[in-house]
Amino acid sequence: MRMSDYAIKIENLSKRYRIGYEQQTRDTFAEVISDWISRPIKNYRRLRSLTQFDETNGEAEDIIWALKNVSVAIKPGEVIGVIGKNGAGKSTLLKILSRITYPTSGKVELNGRVSSLLEVGTGFHPELTGRENVYLNGTILGMTKDEIDRKYDEIVDFSGVSKFIDTPVKFYSSGMGVRLAFSVAAHLEPEILLIDEVLSVGDAAFQKKSLGKMEEVSQEGRTVLFVSHNMGAIRSLCSRGILLEEGRLVKDGEVDKVINCYLSSKDISTAGRLGWSEADAPQDKELILFGIELVSNTGEVKTTFQIDEGFEIRIHYQLREEVRNLRLYLRFKTTMGETVFATYEDAQIQQGFNRKPGHYTASCKIPPNILNNLTYRIYIGFDSPGHKVLIPGREYLEVDIIDTSDGYRYAKGAFDGPIRPVVSWQVDERK
Amino acid sequence: MKINKRAIENQEKTIVIDTKKKGWRLINWQELWQYRDLFLFLVWRDIKTRYAQSILGVGWAVIQPVFSMIVFTIVFGNIAKVSSEGMPYAIFSYTALVPWTFFSTSLTSASGSLISSKNLITKVYFPRLVIPIAPVLGKMIDFGISFLILLGLMVWFGVKPTIWSLMIPVFILLMMLTSAGVGMWLTALSIQYRDIRYGSNFFVQLLMYASPVIYPASSIPEKYQFIYSLNPMVGVIEGFRAALLGTRAMPWQYLGIGSLMAVFFFVTGALYFRSMERYFADVA
Repeated sequence: MRMSDYAIKIENLSKRYRIGYEQQTRDTFAEVISDWISRPIKNYRRLRSLTQFDETNGEAEDIIWALKNVSVAIKPGEVIGVIGKNGAGKSTLLKILSRITYPTSGKVELNGRVSSLLEVGTGFHPELTGRENVYLNGTILGMTKDEIDRKYDEIVDFSGVSKFIDTPVKFYSSGMGVRLAFSVAAHLEPEILLIDEVLSVGDAAFQKKSLGKMEEVSQEGRTVLFVSHNMGAIRSLCSRGILLEEGRLVKDGEVDKVINCYLSSKDISTAGRLGWSEADAPQDKELILFGIELVSNTGEVKTTFQIDEGFEIRIHYQLREEVRNLRLYLRFKTTMGETVFATYEDAQIQQGFNRKPGHYTASCKIPPNILNNLTYRIYIGFDSPGHKVLIPGREYLEVDIIDTSDGYRYAKGAFDGPIRPVVSWQVDERK
Repeated sequence: MKINKRAIENQEKTIVIDTKKKGWRLINWQELWQYRDLFLFLVWRDIKTRYAQSILGVGWAVIQPVFSMIVFTIVFGNIAKVSSEGMPYAIFSYTALVPWTFFSTSLTSASGSLISSKNLITKVYFPRLVIPIAPVLGKMIDFGISFLILLGLMVWFGVKPTIWSLMIPVFILLMMLTSAGVGMWLTALSIQYRDIRYGSNFFVQLLMYASPVIYPASSIPEKYQFIYSLNPMVGVIEGFRAALLGTRAMPWQYLGIGSLMAVFFFVTGALYFRSMERYFADVA
């Protein structure tokens, strides 16, 4: 293998997209007719403009820069986390690196065999059997048939669906399909691996297994570019981070620092709020769930909290009718789907309590130094125990708990287990 | 050993992604060769899934030309009494339907291929050319089956093939070149302009009347012969008839002009496809 200084060298990369035009509405019959006649010409111009950019009006309103002058040099073996909120250009960057789309200007050099994993199970065909899909998906991801032949048994073992491998995939449960697909992807052996948020698939046990596989991959000396919203995963897998904001590279460096920089940028805070209008809110005859918020002690709404920072979950709902024994329940779950703990609003209320119609806000205070350095999912539901389910429980929000203290490195970050409470220790020397 | 060699081949490459045009190389054969496994799997998937969960399965490859033949024989052969140059009308039209069905079905599936492969295009890299070319190869299976039926019909009607039958592989090549060329045009256009997809079925249907499927090419008036010969399928179909049925002399003029046109379609199709492929993921 030829030695090169860089695995990936990105120079002044920019990518421009044209976004859709707004359609004007016509309200007279004559306008409708004339619009109808001129429409094909307009449509032709619009469709043509998707690939033709007029250089003189490069800053027109319908153009957005998904990436603007991004330069990064990545050495072989580096594992890099790409961070940024939705629409910051993370996926566009990966798409350019995987040669799916082309840059508007700038240049990329890739040294080594590249595989990209932007989705699990690309090209899976429901009519084909598991075995056939392994081959098809493997070649689509860039493996040769010989390579798949060699790894076939390993792939099937890892997926755990060997019993059904000769059954068409359309008869699989969705979990089985995903497991098989991830398993193919996990056995790629490229020098450069580009991954876009694929760990959130499958059931708990399988997620654990795939995270383990990812860690293994990132320690094998491959160059990995990993896009994720899961700061816990980024922190545990990556050594270096790059932060994108509106298509620009705003921070590049040690992963903890970049994560901190990202978390302190205030734009992210709104993501800790979920709200619905009356029409599309989760609801039942008696009850409407209007919104859920994650609020820090300082009153800020956000999704990421320091491990030593407590926060509150506020749930806004309206009762339309009096409900007997209304119970609001909340569970903290890991991203693997295991419940960490459950808590009930009615814990303080005695049997036979009726809540009157009206607007309510329930607040659940989570004390500091209880949760681990992990991403948790908040699961909420309403029922009237022994009587009926009002709003069935489901996961609504994700909350990231992080530890960015400057502590001794073995005493910070994620500990084993789903929680990380601070307990008191005392050591006495015995005489 | 083979595996390692290929792995090394791939490793040594530096891939450069930039905004430069790729020069005059029409098709990157080397890259297509590297992705040959994918290519074969896509062709295979196309064949395998086309007839999945159908009762007749591959029988459908037979039904389309055979039923067209029956209908044409009744309508054009018996009612309209179109000339079949002394042959039973059934075999006269079926000989044309074998290459024509290949051409029309590979065009319609090529024009829909980018859209139906949208998911692949926006998620993984592979030479995009695989997409319009795979259906052309996939339809060769159907072609093979319907060609066997043709041989059966020839035995049934007691038709003896001429020595020119040795030219059949050349006609097949010409037919594939035309399909691939027009297919590349339609594919590249269809991803940006969906009209192409809706229009191409209809267009291909009309094109059948501009090809000697239901009538012999000899019934076209002299003054339109040149325009008529611009359609490469005219040479292919008349070539099939000349070689297998001996109804006419070898149509050298059709074949000559047709081959030039086929090359023209293929080269311009490849050029246009290449100039558009970098936008596929953006407009798909």
